[in-house]
Amino acid sequence: MQLKTLNGDVAKVVARGETHAPTLADVLARDTPVAYAFIGPAFFLLLFLVAYPFVLSVWFSLSDARVGETGAFVGLDNFRRLLTSAIFLQTLQNSVVFTTLALGFKTVFGMTLALLLFRIGRFKRLIRGAVLLPFIVPTALSTLVWWWMFEPLYSVVNWTLKSLHIVNHDIPWLPDPYLAMFTVILVNTWRGLPFFAITLLAGLVSIPRELYEAAESDGAGPVGRFWHVTVPLLKPVLAVVILFSTIFTLADFNIVYVLTKGGPMNMTHLFATYSFALGLQGGQIGQGAAVSLFLFPILLLVVFVQLRMVRRATTYE
Amino acid sequence: MNSVARWARRSRPLFTLYLPVMPFVLFALFPLYFMFITSFKKNAELYDINAVPFLIGRGVTFAHYELLSKDTLFWSWFVNSLMVSLAATVISVVLGVLAAYPLARLKFPGGDSFGVAIFITYLVPPSLLFLPLSTVVARLGLSDSLWALIVTYPTFLVPFCTWLLMGYFRTVPKEIEECAMLDGCNRLQTMLRILLPVAVPGVICAALFAFTLSWNEFLYALVFVSPAELKTMTVGVFSELIRGDIYYWGGLMAGACIGSLPIVIAYVFFLDYYVSGLTAGAVK
Repeated sequence: MQLKTLNGDVAKVVARGETHAPTLADVLARDTPVAYAFIGPAFFLLLFLVAYPFVLSVWFSLSDARVGETGAFVGLDNFRRLLTSAIFLQTLQNSVVFTTLALGFKTVFGMTLALLLFRIGRFKRLIRGAVLLPFIVPTALSTLVWWWMFEPLYSVVNWTLKSLHIVNHDIPWLPDPYLAMFTVILVNTWRGLPFFAITLLAGLVSIPRELYEAAESDGAGPVGRFWHVTVPLLKPVLAVVILFSTIFTLADFNIVYVLTKGGPMNMTHLFATYSFALGLQGGQIGQGAAVSLFLFPILLLVVFVQLRMVRRATTYE
Repeated sequence: MNSVARWARRSRPLFTLYLPVMPFVLFALFPLYFMFITSFKKNAELYDINAVPFLIGRGVTFAHYELLSKDTLFWSWFVNSLMVSLAATVISVVLGVLAAYPLARLKFPGGDSFGVAIFITYLVPPSLLFLPLSTVVARLGLSDSLWALIVTYPTFLVPFCTWLLMGYFRTVPKEIEECAMLDGCNRLQTMLRILLPVAVPGVICAALFAFTLSWNEFLYALVFVSPAELKTMTVGVFSELIRGDIYYWGGLMAGACIGSLPIVIAYVFFLDYYVSGLTAGAVK
C-alpha cells in the first residue's frame, strides 16, 4: 500500500537482519499524523465556533446574563421561570402543533408527489425542476411573497375566494391566531415539500424492480404492492427524512419571524423566535439561551436514533 | 374502435399522472410567479382591490426596481451577499475536502468520534447557537463587519461539505490512489492530483450548496450585522423596505426577485447537482 515508505523500512529491517511485513500498527502510525493535519482546521473551527458557544449557551442559561453583563450563577432559575411562564408554555404548545402538522403534511404530500414523479416519463426534468424550486430560493425572500399573498386588504387568496363566492368577506389570515398558525404551517410545507419528494424519489428509484414483479406474480395489486413492497423498503429513507426534518422544522426561524414575528398574541412563537425576542430584543440573554436549549434534547434524540439506524444498516450489510 | 382504444391507452398517463401532478407544480410555482408579476405592476393596479391580481393589466413599470436602485442600498447588499457567500464557500470547501479525505480513507485513533462529531454539528440548527455566537463574535471584535458572517457561516457549511464529500470520496475506488502512492506520491499529492480530479462533481456539488446556503442565510446576518450599508441581501430587503407602517410591496417583490435570481440561475444550470446534493444526506 505504501511502497515508498515501505522501501525505507525494508532497508532498515534488512540492516537489522530481520524480515517481517509491516504490521497494521506501523501503517496506522504513519497515517495518523497526516489524518490529524488534514482534520485540524475543521476541528478547531468547530471547537471554537460550535462547541465553545454551546458551552457558553449552557452557562448563559444558568446565569442572569444580560446584554453587556456576564451575569451571576442562578442555577436552574431560568428554566423554572420559563416553565411557569404562560408565553413559554404557549411557545411549547405552538412548537408541538407546528412541527406535528407541518411534518404530517410534508410526509403525506411528499410521498404522493414522489410516487407521481417516479412514474412520470415525459417532461421529467422540467417537472422535477419546478417542484424543487421553493427549496432553493432564499426563504426569507420567498416568505415575503406569502406575506403579500395573505396581506389583509389586498390578499390574492381572499380575492380568489371572494370571486368564486366561497366567502363573502375578507378572511383575517395573519391577524387571527389560529389562521396565522395555519399560514405559517402552509409556508413551511411549501418550502419543505421538495426535500421530502426528491429524497423519497431517490429512495423509490433504489428499490429493485424484481420485487415489484415478484409481488405482482403473487397477485398483489397496486395498493398491496405499495404497502408490502414500497413502504417497508422505503422505511429507512422515510425515517431519515422525517428525523432530519423534525429538527429543522422545530428550529424554524425565518418563516415565523418574517410572517408574524411570533404574534398575534404569541400564538405562533417557536423556540427560535421566542429566544430571539427574549435574548436579543429583550436583552435577557440568560432566558433566551434557556429557551433555545430546549431544542437540544430533540437534537440528541434524532442523532441517537439516526446513528443506531446507520449501525444496524452496516451490520446487516 | 381500435383507434379509440389506443387513444384511451395512450392518454391514460395524462389523467393518472400529469393531471394529479399539476396542483403540486402550481403550488410550487405560483408564489414565485406572483412575486415576479407583482414587481412589475404599477402601484395604482397593485393597490386596487378590484383589479384581477393574476395578470399585469395596466402596463409594466420598472419603478419598483428604480426605487431599489436609487432609494436603497440594494446593490451594496447584493455585493455584500456575494462577497460573504464566495468567501464562506471557498473556506468551507477547502476545509471540507481536507477533513473528508482522512474520514473516508484513513484509519486513525479518534476518527470515528470525529465522524460522529461532524454528523452532530451537521444537524445543529443555527437558531440553537445564535445568542452565544453573537457574544463570541463581539469578543473577536467582528460585530458589524462582514467578517462576522465569513467566520460563522463555515460552522454549518463545513460539516455539510465534509459529510457530502466523505460519501463521495468513498465511491471512488481506492486502487487508483494506491497506484499513485506506489509511484512515490505522498498523501497530499495523491489527494490533490488523483482523487480530486475524479471527485470534481462532488466538489462542485458541495460548492453549489455552500454558496446557496450562505446566500440564503438570514438569522446570523440579522443578528451579527446591523449597519444598513453592511447588510446582506436577505436582511436588507426585509428590514429596509418596510418603514414603520409603510410597506413598499412592489419594491419588496422586486428585491425578492433579484435576490433569488443568482440562485435560480445556478439552479437552472446545475439542476442535477442540486438533486444529488439534496439526497446525499439521507440516502446512502
